[in-house]
Amino acid sequence: MTKPEGELTWKDLGIGSIVTEPGSASQYKTGDWRSQRPIYDFSKCIKCALCQIFCPEGCIGQNAEGYFEADLFYCKGCGICARECPTWVITMVEEEE
Amino acid sequence: MARKLGMEVSVAIGEAAKLANVDVVAAYPITPQTHIVEHLAELVADGELDAAYIPVESEHSAMSACLGAAAVGARTFTATAGQGLELMHEVLYVASSMRLPVVMTVANRALSAPLSVWGDHSDAMAVRDIGWVQIFTENGQEVVDNVFCAFRIAEDPKVLLPVMVHLDGFHLSHVIEPILFPEQSEVDKFLPPNQYPLPLHPDKPVTMGDFGPPIIYSETKWAQEINLRAAKEVILKCWKEFGKRFGRHYSPVEYYHSEGAKVLLLTMGSFSETAMTAIDKMRGEGREVGLVKLRLWRPFPFKEIRQAVRNAEVLIVLDRALSFGGPAGPVCSEIKAALYGEDKKPKVISFVGGLGGRDITPAGFESIINRGIEIGQKGSENEFEIFGVRD
Repeated sequence: MTKPEGELTWKDLGIGSIVTEPGSASQYKTGDWRSQRPIYDFSKCIKCALCQIFCPEGCIGQNAEGYFEADLFYCKGCGICARECPTWVITMVEEEE
Repeated sequence: MARKLGMEVSVAIGEAAKLANVDVVAAYPITPQTHIVEHLAELVADGELDAAYIPVESEHSAMSACLGAAAVGARTFTATAGQGLELMHEVLYVASSMRLPVVMTVANRALSAPLSVWGDHSDAMAVRDIGWVQIFTENGQEVVDNVFCAFRIAEDPKVLLPVMVHLDGFHLSHVIEPILFPEQSEVDKFLPPNQYPLPLHPDKPVTMGDFGPPIIYSETKWAQEINLRAAKEVILKCWKEFGKRFGRHYSPVEYYHSEGAKVLLLTMGSFSETAMTAIDKMRGEGREVGLVKLRLWRPFPFKEIRQAVRNAEVLIVLDRALSFGGPAGPVCSEIKAALYGEDKKPKVISFVGGLGGRDITPAGFESIINRGIEIGQKGSENEFEIFGVRD
């Protein structure tokens, strides 16, 4: 997309608003739906990857140390990872900013 | 050379789709449309038409399969009627919003309940706002001609919209008429191959019908509205070109003895032919009456309608559908809205009749016109009158 969505006029839209750029959904910041954010105590983490498997958004990956962490650009804050983590690494805290 | 053949109109529509060289037909049979898709199924099964015929489990699936076919750039045809059109309803909006050039004939049928397989326009009026180009026809020849035109209009790069061709169930679908069929080569010249610009293809991926949040939805809908209105220019050009090639001429609004007529009757579909008989008789008796026929229902021909009726004193509009609890018949409401801002306009009188297959004879039209003139002079406390109901 040449312009951000909020600046597109009706004349900028292609035929039937068909999207010709593959994978453009990755530009959509689903993270701004979030009202809670996960925080981590990696000292308890056993790297079992259960959080990654359960994450419905598929936004959890491994960081440089191999610990599992959500990408906050996409994380919707559902808290399923915190609920499923067998060693209570993850706590959900309110997004207050 | 064109061939003139006596044929059931439904079968003729199947033949027209064959001459249009359709690639995909996805359809579900429903009275009074069944013979159309039945004939196409036969043509495909007999190897006379090289097309994919998808026998689906419902009309909802029929239209969905048509979307898929049109999305890969196939020339796509289907037909339905009444309840079938209603079951398609949500998918019809998707076809126009995604700009997929599907062509569909609708053998207009009354809606349940009580169950009626017979004709009126209640199915058509329920899909008024779906964003398709919609054309009404009076006889078998007009349906066949407009199937060719429908593909040309739908697939025009400036239009790329689905087109619906309405024909009255039974009154047209099941009658045998002499119909002129053009040669294949003539159809081919009139109707170039479909070249849908953004087809689904693995080598060049596209996303159709994706998510439209509030930040963009209004823009998409306005673009759609502008597109449908602009389609009128292409429709006019297509009919002009058709007239030049085949000698039969079509216009958004057509006239019959309407010049100088103080009283005009407005009809849509096959009942116009019966109304013409009534007009002939009344003209023969020296009455200044005429007929206006609305062919192009969407995009609505505002300019042509205003032009057609401006010199009349009374305009009587016959609707073959009710808008329950509403202001008048649905067609009449739109005519009134189109004329509201005009300085010079006739009194518009609304009649509803011909529901669920009930005929209106020439004598019936005569009494509608006479009663309309009376209401024009004396007024009426009703928003509209219903014709021929036993009191």
